[in-house]
Amino acid sequence: MSSETKQILTTDGIPLEISLKKAERKNKIKAFLLVAPLLLFLIITYIFPIGEMFTRSIDDKMITNMLPKTFKSMETWDGKELPSEEVFASFLSDFKILVEKKEHGKLAQRLNKEKNGFNTITKKLFRQVKRNKIDETQSIKEQIMKVHKRWRNVEYWQAIKRTAPPYTSAKYLKAMDMYLNEDNKITQVSEDRRIHRILWLRTVEVAFFVTVFCFLMGYPIAHLLATLPMKYSNLLMICVLLPFWTSLLVRTASWMILLQQQGVVNDFFVLIGLVSDDNRPEMMYNKVGTYVAMTQILLPFMVLPLYSVMKTISPSLMRAGKSLGGTPFVAFWKVYFPLTIPGIGAGCLLVFILAIGYYITPALVGGASGTLISNQIAYHMKTTLDWSFASAMGLMLLGGVLVIYWLYNKLVGVDNIKLG
Amino acid sequence: MSKNTEFVKFDKVDKSYDGKVLVVKDLNLNISEGEFITMLGPSGSGKTTCLMMLAGFETPTNGEIYLDSNPISNIPPHKRGIGMVFQNYALFPHMTVYENLAFPLRVRKVQKDEIDKKVDKALSMVSLSGFESRMPAQLSGGQQQRVAVARALVFDPAVVLMDEPLGALDKNLRESMQYEIKHIHENIGVTVVYVTHDQGEALTMSNRIAVFNDGKVQQLSSPDKLYEEPVNSFVAEFIGENNTFGGEVTDISKDVCKVKLLNGEILANPISVSSKGEKTTVSIRPERALINPKDKMDNNQTGKIEEVIYHGDHTRVRLDLLGNKEFILKVPNSSNELDLKLGNEIKVGWNSQDARALDPK
Repeated sequence: MSSETKQILTTDGIPLEISLKKAERKNKIKAFLLVAPLLLFLIITYIFPIGEMFTRSIDDKMITNMLPKTFKSMETWDGKELPSEEVFASFLSDFKILVEKKEHGKLAQRLNKEKNGFNTITKKLFRQVKRNKIDETQSIKEQIMKVHKRWRNVEYWQAIKRTAPPYTSAKYLKAMDMYLNEDNKITQVSEDRRIHRILWLRTVEVAFFVTVFCFLMGYPIAHLLATLPMKYSNLLMICVLLPFWTSLLVRTASWMILLQQQGVVNDFFVLIGLVSDDNRPEMMYNKVGTYVAMTQILLPFMVLPLYSVMKTISPSLMRAGKSLGGTPFVAFWKVYFPLTIPGIGAGCLLVFILAIGYYITPALVGGASGTLISNQIAYHMKTTLDWSFASAMGLMLLGGVLVIYWLYNKLVGVDNIKLG
Repeated sequence: MSKNTEFVKFDKVDKSYDGKVLVVKDLNLNISEGEFITMLGPSGSGKTTCLMMLAGFETPTNGEIYLDSNPISNIPPHKRGIGMVFQNYALFPHMTVYENLAFPLRVRKVQKDEIDKKVDKALSMVSLSGFESRMPAQLSGGQQQRVAVARALVFDPAVVLMDEPLGALDKNLRESMQYEIKHIHENIGVTVVYVTHDQGEALTMSNRIAVFNDGKVQQLSSPDKLYEEPVNSFVAEFIGENNTFGGEVTDISKDVCKVKLLNGEILANPISVSSKGEKTTVSIRPERALINPKDKMDNNQTGKIEEVIYHGDHTRVRLDLLGNKEFILKVPNSSNELDLKLGNEIKVGWNSQDARALDPK
């Protein structure tokens, strides 16, 4: 007991704890220096981009910076009736600066996204400003209202006010097929425009079933690998790993050759008379193609963790189960299977997380009904250039994965995972 | 009730794994009910294969095994009702001690309260009461071992097989476990087939020992007979310590023969020699050869001390005797009057009865 309460000194009279820390400091610094490059690399390539993605997805500073005086004067406006003369005046002064910088087009574009009709009235106002038609000694409010009748409509001013906050959740709402309406309420978009929710559900569905298929196919393979004698298991291991060493694109392309309507698999079906020649099933450019190709590609990620766990299970355990009176099935189910759960957990988590963000394969073999949310992200990255929307969806995907990880931790426990 | 002397019967059993080499050759072995029999032999001698065939994890290539007069080759392991203790215990690591013990009972659909009773009894038998809710990983090696024994016994099997169960324990624990297993066997009278490569273990525990070598049973007899009267030089060599002389029989009568060595001649007990001119290996236990014998002995020789090793309760003396530089003597520490110094010459004597002329090595 005394050792806990009394401070222990070394023979030189230095408190033991301090002495220990001193002795270990050098090692700690060495260890840190060893990991420092990796740490730096991670910060630069991972943490920083994620932070960047996040700010981009919620960033809405453009208009905030374009109309600083307007928003300042709007602070006191209740938003129910037309704003005061002061708001109009500051809007005009902001607008004049924009015209000078030739940025009024951007403003029109952004406002138009918020509410249709801004394009026309901004252009009209621009022409008036350009020709110096607005006399600043008289009521600016009256003059602007004369430019177009929409300037007299309070809804347009409300729209401007809605763009005031520098941050917005609009992109996230959009990814869920929702938006903030005029009253700042979250509303669903009309039914015919709800595309994202379908994609999310499909992504989760595909990832789930790919995981299930991988598990069903990977478990026996891993078991075989773990129990076969070395010379056969090595060969089988190479067969499992071979796809790993082949380019993802090549593998996907070979699935395209196999699965297309005039492809090898269909030819074979016709040959053995399973289907008639003029009625070849479509196995590509739909979900079937996505399932088949993704399952094959992700299979090693299921097999390897399972294998590493099964390898450690002593064969005498199954024997013990049998010798104690359990049928082979009971011995498997009560003894072997529970011991492989760490491997199952790791494999399923790995495959699911990889599948949920899978991009190339669904893009190539998925067709319209087989594209996933990742394809949508890529579409916005490359085609519409709406990067903030792509960032928002990417982060939602990441968040979803973290939620799954958390759930998994609650249900199975992360310490139970065995990745290798 | 008369005991069945053929409770377990190996009948002309052969076993080969690759179709080229016989691991077990023409094994005939009868085990009585309630007997503790040990299969002893060096690794690769086929003893574990025999056990696995009995347990049902290997099938005999030829021949048949009978359990209580029923052939069992076609019965799967889980229907044989044979308990087994494995080398590394094979406790189910994801189950508590209670669940491990309850496993054989649960698969037999035993009632819950019956299970509780039996598990309780089995655990108290191995003095582990109160450990029910522990996981195997929380137990020491010896405790795990006891749980494994209890699990193999809890469903009252007719035969219990033990495959080097004490191999992973340290020396002291191993010895105390030997007695413990022996007592359990005596108390419940179950038939035990025990496999080990440790002769000490075999000698202390068994009713009978089958010494295996090269796929064959070399000798099957009680421990004392095995030690005192080995039938061939392998057994003599494998069990206990042994001094050997290689030579040729020059004269032979009913119970004594003359063996000519490289430099000398000794009298020996003819066990596996029958005529003059045969080559033989003469085997003498170290404790049968005495220093400065007071009584008259059949053989009296002089040897030079090559090495003296102190062993606590006894001292081992290595002699150069009749050309054998590895001749070992055991001197009890009570006899202090002896002058055991390196290079000294001492007199050694032994009776021809204790020098067994066996097959040549």
